[in-house]
Amino acid sequence: MARLTASVYTSHVPAIGVAVDTGRTDEPYWRPLFDGYETSKAWIREHTPDVIVLVYNDHATSFSLDLIPTFAIGTAAHYPVADEGWGPRPVPDVAGHPELSAHIAQSVIMDDFDLTIVNRLAVDHGLTVPLTLMFGQPDQWPCAVIPVAVNVVQYPAPSGRRCFRLGQAIRRAIDSYDDPIDIQIWGTGGMSHQLQGPRAGLINSEFDHAFIDRLVADPARLADMPHIDYVREAGSEAIELVMWLIARGAMSDVVHADRAPTVRHRFYHVPASNTAVGHLVLEEPT
Amino acid sequence: MGLDKPYLDVPGTIVFDADQSRLGYHLNQFCMSLMDAANRDRFRSDEAAYLAEWDMTDEQRRAVLDRDMNRMIELGGNIYFLAKIGATDGRSFQQMAGSMTGMSEDEYRAMMVEGGRPIDGNRHLAEWDDDGTS
Repeated sequence: MARLTASVYTSHVPAIGVAVDTGRTDEPYWRPLFDGYETSKAWIREHTPDVIVLVYNDHATSFSLDLIPTFAIGTAAHYPVADEGWGPRPVPDVAGHPELSAHIAQSVIMDDFDLTIVNRLAVDHGLTVPLTLMFGQPDQWPCAVIPVAVNVVQYPAPSGRRCFRLGQAIRRAIDSYDDPIDIQIWGTGGMSHQLQGPRAGLINSEFDHAFIDRLVADPARLADMPHIDYVREAGSEAIELVMWLIARGAMSDVVHADRAPTVRHRFYHVPASNTAVGHLVLEEPT
Repeated sequence: MGLDKPYLDVPGTIVFDADQSRLGYHLNQFCMSLMDAANRDRFRSDEAAYLAEWDMTDEQRRAVLDRDMNRMIELGGNIYFLAKIGATDGRSFQQMAGSMTGMSEDEYRAMMVEGGRPIDGNRHLAEWDDDGTS
């Protein structure tokens, strides 16, 4: 049987990718941020899964306004790295896991979630920056990745509650997959940031810390937080944080209260470009 | 009874909802076209001619030519799409975001390093002066 082993949460700021790709991680501006991921990089070297279900959003890269799926799952064997306008990041292309993708898609759709199935998908910084933060600069990524793309560009994004439930449905799918593989689920994006308008540059670290506290200890109630709270309190682009609730919804304690996860690492840093960076690693109980 | 849109009360912010998306469809699709290097070259060589190929309003074309980010957003642009113009111009997200705040690039960068724009005083329209500043 497949086994969900952990969930990982991280911001996916494009400038982080640029800093790595251009060899600037030792600059005083960036060093504290990358230091904050060292614990997690060491942890994942020891706990590399076979597959990561990576929840992210496309940033007007593969999905234009012609097609805006609220939830989409990649089912391809291979995902090229997108040229977002600056040229593609110099990182390895992403290998998929078509069998598990198809299994999750079928299971989750039968579980009342209308996933859009995507067989051709170039992945942008939303997916590759988290891989870089956790794995550094390998010649190839050490495991397969299944992209789960969420619309957070055109309002409204799916509700937090819906995301939390999708995570639970993904977990049921994983639990019914027969191959004995280790799987992690990652939720990416956020934390507080606003990239537009005269209010650009908004950061609310109090909101961010409370969000992580509640994500760990009381995710079901956090999932009830309405969109306006994200937008008003943490910036128009902070709505990305609903994606963290998908990953959190997949953890055992959502269904079995006595199976609380272990916090392996928690980190917070301001700023990366316009954005507050949050990071959390939750390990399943054995 | 219409839809509840409490985000209209957030100052200095235009949420990219379905209304904005409808206004900005062609503007944003023009931006998408700049993902292609050949299109970037064509745009750079004659911006007005390239814009004329798109079913945009004259106001939208003017805002693009002026690189007036706030105006583009008012007219239905979304930052992730508009970023393609920034990429074409060789500008970062931080430069683009900062350009919308009335601050200089250095001032904006310094504000971010100091922890960003604070939330207090920036939650509701009523907290901002009539001239649109906090």
